[in-house]
Amino acid sequence: MKIVVCIKQVPATTEVSIDPETKRLVREGVEIMMNPFDTYALEEGLLLREAHGGEVIAISMGPKRTEATLREALACGADRAILLNDRVLGGSDTFATSYALSRAIAKIGNVDLVITGKQAVDGDTAQVGPGIAAHLGWPQAAYVSRVIESDSKHLVLERMHETGYDVCSLELPGVITVLKDINSPRVPTLKGRLASRKASINIWNASAISADLTKIGLNGSPTRVVATRSPDARDKHTIILDGSPEESARELVKILKQRIKL
Amino acid sequence: MFEARTYCPNILPGGGFSVKIDSNGSEYRDIWVLAELVGDDIHRVTFELLGVARNLASKLSKVKNREEEVVCVVLGSGLSEESRKRLFAGYADKLIIVDDEALRVFNDNIHAAVVSRLVRKYRPEVLISGATSRGRSVMPRVAVEVETGLTADCTGLDIDEDSGLLLQTRPAYGGNIIATIKCENYRPQMSTVRPGVFKLPEADFSRTGVVVQEELTEEEKVSRLRVLEEQTIEDATVNLSDAKIIVTGGRGVKGPDGFKVIEEFARAIGGAVGASRAAVDSGWISYAHQVGQTGQTVQPKIYIACGVSGQIQHLVGMQSSDFIIAINKDSEAPIMKLADVAIVGDLFEVIPEIVKLVRRDDELKKAV
Repeated sequence: MKIVVCIKQVPATTEVSIDPETKRLVREGVEIMMNPFDTYALEEGLLLREAHGGEVIAISMGPKRTEATLREALACGADRAILLNDRVLGGSDTFATSYALSRAIAKIGNVDLVITGKQAVDGDTAQVGPGIAAHLGWPQAAYVSRVIESDSKHLVLERMHETGYDVCSLELPGVITVLKDINSPRVPTLKGRLASRKASINIWNASAISADLTKIGLNGSPTRVVATRSPDARDKHTIILDGSPEESARELVKILKQRIKL
Repeated sequence: MFEARTYCPNILPGGGFSVKIDSNGSEYRDIWVLAELVGDDIHRVTFELLGVARNLASKLSKVKNREEEVVCVVLGSGLSEESRKRLFAGYADKLIIVDDEALRVFNDNIHAAVVSRLVRKYRPEVLISGATSRGRSVMPRVAVEVETGLTADCTGLDIDEDSGLLLQTRPAYGGNIIATIKCENYRPQMSTVRPGVFKLPEADFSRTGVVVQEELTEEEKVSRLRVLEEQTIEDATVNLSDAKIIVTGGRGVKGPDGFKVIEEFARAIGGAVGASRAAVDSGWISYAHQVGQTGQTVQPKIYIACGVSGQIQHLVGMQSSDFIIAINKDSEAPIMKLADVAIVGDLFEVIPEIVKLVRRDDELKKAV
């Protein structure tokens, strides 16, 4: 089975700032990590490879420092890693991002399954997985909580929704997005880490994936962030009560009564 | 498979309102709401969004100087007369109904294909749906299939008076940033909205409207994703979206007995009981109470998080609450920064004190 896992490198914190010009997140100088949902995606890919043989290819779109996260994927056992890196890819919204990733998947060729995490914890949109499926013209199954059965032609999956779950059959090639706790992501072994340091990561730019320039980057993104601000009615000054339980309770009741008067 | 991209740039330099036309020169118009069905019933988020759509249509009508309508698209099987009445009463001017046995079971791949076709046929200006797991599976697929932009989890939707553009606001980073997003040059402008973000409007049963029936094509009846079985969880939802006060227990509650303290607290102040995913996963309380990414989104007047650390997945479910109180032993827990009042302490010691005071205080009891 040829499996592509889409991984995103995200800030490891919610303390963020916005670049006043591009209105996009400032990513420099912020600690980074593999998007938590993607660690489950990677593990699921590795489990399927263990069951069926084949190859797990980790891909990611981002600046050069994304390589570190791809090396994590290699250290866990991915066979190859590809970084989509090009200045013109910067500032992409979910349409442009899913388009670029779909071009990379097309270039890899003969892919049976694409696995992504449900959503990235910085953007929180959950749009790229289904977007990749739509760009490829492949069927999708989102919110997958369990792979029940698998063979080279199809997967039987459990998907969650708010009021329950369903069981569905996905004919490959297809795209799935996975929830946390679908599996237990393995920790890289020492051997894996050493190997990953030496491994070479393919770097593909926009022309390598034959990207339509009108569909990538800031200019190819149908949506644009035009303004950012601090939350409205939310007073950023948190009132901290750290006295005794009796004191805190008294203060709280006082605050609530004032608030009710307003 | 896809038509030429619906790129329709502003023809007026420097902004201002301009009519958007597709490659055939046909105009985009009307506000569409993609309905969500829960079994044979209509999900409340559909009615919340019809209310929003009504406001958007009114404003858009002023900018464009012509009547813009609210259109509700319903895909399902056996939609009742009663449901149609409720949708008109909920401010839909027109219903586009696709009623087919093949739609009895929800299949996001099929829904996306049908909605994309209808969008290309009717050219809506705006298309919105609930940011439920279903909405978030269908809408991104539609957006790519018709080649336009989609903004997820909007907490605000408005029409810009000058340009007539949809202004989409959404929080990011646990609510630390509120972003405004526009989709200027592509149509339709698409958004998803979480249930409970907008208030349910008053129904007006004197209203009526037009019904348009559409059919599935033969290709649309088959999909490479087949649903084999559907299961509903018992005791599906505790209605937290109506609650004005919610008291939520998290990992710090330590067990089902700990939840008794939470329940007593909720009772004393007239609130509903919520739970974090950690508490539900540990089996201390049923999923029906879960607040957060994979639970319910709530917007109460007062939200009290007890022993909840405040992972992003929880925050996105409650960050729009009017007033947030957090009780946690850990002053560095993420929720403590989001809260309006952060009480550093043991919930098992603090809560009884609060309950004591509330019970004694008539003024507070009346207000609450």
